[in-house]
Amino acid sequence: MRRTLPHALLALPMLWSAFAAAELPVENAVLTEAPQVPAPITRTNNAKVVVKLETKEVVKRMADGVDYTFWTFGGNVPGSFIRIKEGDEVEFHLSNHPSSKMPHNIDLHAVTGPGGGAASSFTAPGHSSQFSFKALNPGLYVYHCATAPVGMHIANGMYGLILVEPRAGLPKVDKEFYVMQGDFYTKGAYGEAGLQPFDMEKAIKEQPDYVVFNGSVGALTGDKAITANVGETVRLFVGNGGPNLISSFHVIGEIFDRVFIEGGTATNSNVETELLAAGSAAIVDFKLEVPGTFIMVDHSIFRAFNKGALGMLKVSGPEDKEIYSGKQSDTVYLPEGGAVQTLSEPVKKVTAKNLNEQIAMGQRVFDQNCAACHQPNGEGIPAAFPPLAKSDFLLKDKLRAVGIVLNGRQGAIEVNGKTFVGAMPAIKLDDESTANVVNYILNSWGNKGGSVTVEDVAKVRATSKPAAEAH
Amino acid sequence: MTHTDLRRIIALLAALCTGALLAAERVSIPAGEYRPLFASATAAKQQVAGFQLDRLPVSNQQFATFVSKAVRWQPERINPLFADEHYLQHWQKNATTVAAPRPEELQAPVTNVSWFAAKAYCQAQGGRLPTTAEWEYVASAGSVDPQADEKLILGWYSATTPAFMPAAGQRAANAFGVHDLHGLIWEWTQDFSASMTTGESRGDSALDNQFFCGSAAAGSADPSQYAAFMRYALRSSLQGRYTVANLGFRCAYSPSSLNAIETTP
Repeated sequence: MRRTLPHALLALPMLWSAFAAAELPVENAVLTEAPQVPAPITRTNNAKVVVKLETKEVVKRMADGVDYTFWTFGGNVPGSFIRIKEGDEVEFHLSNHPSSKMPHNIDLHAVTGPGGGAASSFTAPGHSSQFSFKALNPGLYVYHCATAPVGMHIANGMYGLILVEPRAGLPKVDKEFYVMQGDFYTKGAYGEAGLQPFDMEKAIKEQPDYVVFNGSVGALTGDKAITANVGETVRLFVGNGGPNLISSFHVIGEIFDRVFIEGGTATNSNVETELLAAGSAAIVDFKLEVPGTFIMVDHSIFRAFNKGALGMLKVSGPEDKEIYSGKQSDTVYLPEGGAVQTLSEPVKKVTAKNLNEQIAMGQRVFDQNCAACHQPNGEGIPAAFPPLAKSDFLLKDKLRAVGIVLNGRQGAIEVNGKTFVGAMPAIKLDDESTANVVNYILNSWGNKGGSVTVEDVAKVRATSKPAAEAH
Repeated sequence: MTHTDLRRIIALLAALCTGALLAAERVSIPAGEYRPLFASATAAKQQVAGFQLDRLPVSNQQFATFVSKAVRWQPERINPLFADEHYLQHWQKNATTVAAPRPEELQAPVTNVSWFAAKAYCQAQGGRLPTTAEWEYVASAGSVDPQADEKLILGWYSATTPAFMPAAGQRAANAFGVHDLHGLIWEWTQDFSASMTTGESRGDSALDNQFFCGSAAAGSADPSQYAAFMRYALRSSLQGRYTVANLGFRCAYSPSSLNAIETTP
């Protein structure tokens, strides 16, 4: 059969591919920092895409007061987002900044070839390497550094995502974001201040101090939350750099309408929690029907509330009470034995010697008992939990505040011109802890509310009793 | 003369004397054995013959003295085959003068030097670069406090490169009496390109070659020796003409070449 084929025909495919390669338009890849994603690719043809990525070792914030020497692709964790199209030819330039201590390379899971490009991109400090690959398989892929010791390079933040859009493109959505989880191992415990060195022992034991989205605690909360509007469909390109943990990615209060499972071609619908292996990614799409703050977590939930794996999607727009009513009533439930919450007391008793110590100790009490509702910054949650920061209600009567901590409170109150209807349980604390936390609240976030003494608390306790009366 | 002046002069004299002594000093390293990183725990230890090694890494000042005579190694004249564009880039230059080290970095180890330049320097001293085996053998000796050693080593690897390189010799010597093998710079070895990882370090353990150690810790002498893996990784990323901001060197002297220099005044 082959012998009968005319030579010209045989040569045709080769000629064609040579012609096609020569004719491919050249473009420079647009790289973005998380949570931003480059715009969808609108061209229908393939291109030769030039990607220029720099490896850099930088000291950045891990959490408030905590710094870390991150090793990065592009200066940030996660590394720059790369977006190409199935069939594109990629000319990859990896430059290692002259100030780097380490050689680095890149293994892109989107590459078909030994090492995913690792050997070809192995680069000494102050040098650049170049290699090329053809994007054969569409999907969302992790890339990472694979220089010895690989674990340490990944643990220090050397990972990111590359999207190979399918030829026909992805379904259109209104907004796209880039979220990537990673686990970090520091000499000091979570929150211990200062420049924290990497801890190899914890890394080998797979016991991270930090599990975070986008490279630091709070990278996606508060002012840095991602935002969208009711009616929009949002797409998250979610990756897990590891190095060790598997992520149970969940958005509280949302259901993923469509998931490209493991970043591949198969889709699933109506998914609550998407499992992300270390070194894998997924595309999750969901339409926003109601407004509010939607919290992104690793549903291995201690990671979210104790190690930093928490982000926010803030959605604005009109309410739809049929889909979600909000709170329709709130009454006090008094089971037998009383409604007082019992909270564990500190094992070792240390007494504050002055107001400053009271405030410091009070912060710990606050973080454990109050911050979940009133928020660590004391600003509360609009329409749900009243603010304590610069609260006229609070500052007007400090002994009333003591009473609320001791006995709880129910019913409508007006704080800074806004009405809050809710209930706060009594917090079971001794007089000293109560004085500490109230003094912390009276003297934080710009409050200058004076102070209360342990004796004041004892007096309030003696003269008041658990109350359930309306305001 | 005030008391302060006197103290300053004494300090200066002391610094000069120590500097001169240290500059000349070489440490005799007894023959011994050590287990290379890439060998398994059951593998035979490698023998290292006795030799001499510089107590400190070569300083900017020493290297400047060298290039003032060996002019072909000056940054203005170096053949690009023997050094890349970053060669001695931290030295100060202006239109009329030859590049020279910054005064505050005279006692700091010279960096941004290529393997060729380092080799030429050591030859001019009647020595040579240490082999990787020799270097690792000496560097594997700790100080009196192994925990402090580990902290120093891992701390350095996880810190960014400082704007100014500190002077050598400020930390305690190791058990052989050699300073700054860890915690200051990387160092060239004679055969840096022989014992190495490949760029695809994870495949190295499968290679049928003991020299390819890789990051796959299986089979290595001590899986927790991440710092050593980093040294091997760095060495294997280099070529002879490369220069790096925190890569310097020191010289070794085998008995024969040492004799040669002793008979030459």
